[in-house]
Amino acid sequence: MRHILRQRELQADHWRHLGEQIAPGDAVIVPFAELRQARERWWAWDGRLGVRLAPIDRVEDLLDVLPRLDLVAVEFPNPGDGRGYSQGRLVRERYEFRGELRALGAGVRQDLVFLLARCGFDAIELAPGEDPQSAQRALARYPVAYQPGSAAVPVQRQRFYAA
Amino acid sequence: MYRYDELDQAFVDARVAEFRDQTRRHLAGELSEEQFRPLRLRNGLYIQRHAPMLRIAIPYGLLSAAQLRKLADITRRYDRGFGHFTTRQNLQLNWPKLEDVPEILAELATVQMHAIQTSGNCVRNVTADHLAGIAPDEVDDPRPYCEIIRQWATLHPEFTYLPRKFKIAVTGAATDRAASEVHDVGLHLVRDASGCLGFRVLVGGGLGRAPMIGQVIREFLPREQLLAYLEAILRVYNRQGRRDNIHKARIKILVKALGIERFRELVDAEWQASREHAPRLPLEEIERVRSFFRPQPYELLTDIDVTAEREPRFQAWYRYNTRAHRVSGYRAVFVCLKSHQAVPGDMTAAQMDAVAALAERVSFGLIRATHNQNLVLADVPQRELYGVWQALELLGLAMPNIGTLTDMIACPGLDFCSLANAGTLDVARQIQERFDDLDYLYDLGEIELKISGCMNACGHHHVGHIGILGVDKHGEEWYQLTLGGSASGVTALGEVIGPSVPKHEVAATLERILEVYRGVRHEHERFLDTVRRVGVKPFKERAYAPHPAAA
Repeated sequence: MRHILRQRELQADHWRHLGEQIAPGDAVIVPFAELRQARERWWAWDGRLGVRLAPIDRVEDLLDVLPRLDLVAVEFPNPGDGRGYSQGRLVRERYEFRGELRALGAGVRQDLVFLLARCGFDAIELAPGEDPQSAQRALARYPVAYQPGSAAVPVQRQRFYAA
Repeated sequence: MYRYDELDQAFVDARVAEFRDQTRRHLAGELSEEQFRPLRLRNGLYIQRHAPMLRIAIPYGLLSAAQLRKLADITRRYDRGFGHFTTRQNLQLNWPKLEDVPEILAELATVQMHAIQTSGNCVRNVTADHLAGIAPDEVDDPRPYCEIIRQWATLHPEFTYLPRKFKIAVTGAATDRAASEVHDVGLHLVRDASGCLGFRVLVGGGLGRAPMIGQVIREFLPREQLLAYLEAILRVYNRQGRRDNIHKARIKILVKALGIERFRELVDAEWQASREHAPRLPLEEIERVRSFFRPQPYELLTDIDVTAEREPRFQAWYRYNTRAHRVSGYRAVFVCLKSHQAVPGDMTAAQMDAVAALAERVSFGLIRATHNQNLVLADVPQRELYGVWQALELLGLAMPNIGTLTDMIACPGLDFCSLANAGTLDVARQIQERFDDLDYLYDLGEIELKISGCMNACGHHHVGHIGILGVDKHGEEWYQLTLGGSASGVTALGEVIGPSVPKHEVAATLERILEVYRGVRHEHERFLDTVRRVGVKPFKERAYAPHPAAA
């Protein structure tokens, strides 16, 4: 069973990625391209549904399926590709998505989890080989932040606030 | 100057601890070089030709005497007793040891300094006019806004992994001394019709392989909207900037591809849509930061003639190396890092200590780094000038050549940089030797010479009145010359005069070009204006002709 960091706790992951063994009723994460192609099938899926966004996917195109989703996963294929931070913030802030916002991919390393959490990611599926305990500690690395950010990573002091 | 509060200090301390841990993991083999690279870059650490290079941030170029002393101390203990001031107002150490870097950063944190985001694909050190706050032609001091941007950009959760580096310059003066039009974003402080302060915003300028001049994206942006608007620009860039080709990843390429009108529409739409979530910048916060940059407690003085009856060398220094001050009885003094015996921008630890002491004695304990790779003591009472000159003369920092040909910019080039195609420092030396006659330099007047060792253009060659670009030709170092560039007043990119020349010919070619100028110039006409008037053709024709002496 895969483990993920959810709300800063290490938890068993009950979600399945498309391609893994799936039984009816399972919670499934489907790539956005697949979801668009087989929209009827997935909309009617007998279980919780999540989508996986690639860096090139436009968050705007997600709007009409968002109400059906319990999870949005954003892919970070390598640590240098920062598009997912914008995707995450938009999903959380502008489109007010209240389900699980998950970061995943080879780029999700312990050194980036603080940034991810401040952008609103509440679930971190670490890249293979990353140590979850170190990542957990890294979430609490900074006691302060300059920018507005998700309250899921509490900071003692913050300089700038949103409206 | 700005002083850290608890938040700032807690932040840099946490940052040092984080980098200490990352370095430990790298040295223990837990983080591969590929994994460590983006992390060390965001802490200013490059791996260069001979050794690591550490680029220390000097936000908008402003240093206290205590900070400059700490830099001297660091260069002595962890490097070879000197540092190199860069065109973006930072300081580079060329020989630190990788395992010492966390300790160097911890030392910097004790004097409210860091090396955060001085490299990597993120928002870099924000630069400003080196005469900020004292220039007679200024609308408002740009440095408080630079400090606000510095804080907002520091470890920004969304914008720390951009497609490419992102440079912002702010100026508040009529004369642009910050090269703001060749930055990713240039901000000009202006007042609107009702007298409110705000910014004219330029976007998409930059040098490098595809030099471009920034375009106006917004004529007037109210100050309180500064961060919200910057976030809109950066979000459009972060989402749409190219990531498939490093040479096409700067924002200038995106702006060019979309066109400024379309880019503006996208930014405006983003700005409107993110109103509720963008960081606010209340006037109280602006005032809090501005309060750190209030005018100094100047004495009530009148302007005096300090050069009468003094030796000609002091008179020359006064004329070339000091500038007018907004407050009567004061002048701004250049600490010249362009002596003909030294590498442009280099400074020894002993010189740093001495200048720190001098600043404490005569200039409110503050020192500024300029984008031309000199330092400035901004607030010197005129009665002190002669003594300051004597002190600087003893230190080798009073070469009276500011604004002349040998006050040149040069990147570190092949001697240090692993990107360079050609040496710049020996070319600089060659030019210093050939143009060693001050009267000749004065006759040539104001000339900006800028030398880069490769296409990346760290030496800003495109915007030099004369630009020199080092190129690699079958393993040999050759140099291409451009004329007519400028980064102040009307920003312009220089025009290539023709084929490149071998290294040993650079100074001689330069001399032939300058002789053409002396021949065709009108009275009191600057070199740049002559080039603009007559074009590059007459220069082209004579630059390669055999030297008259050889004919």
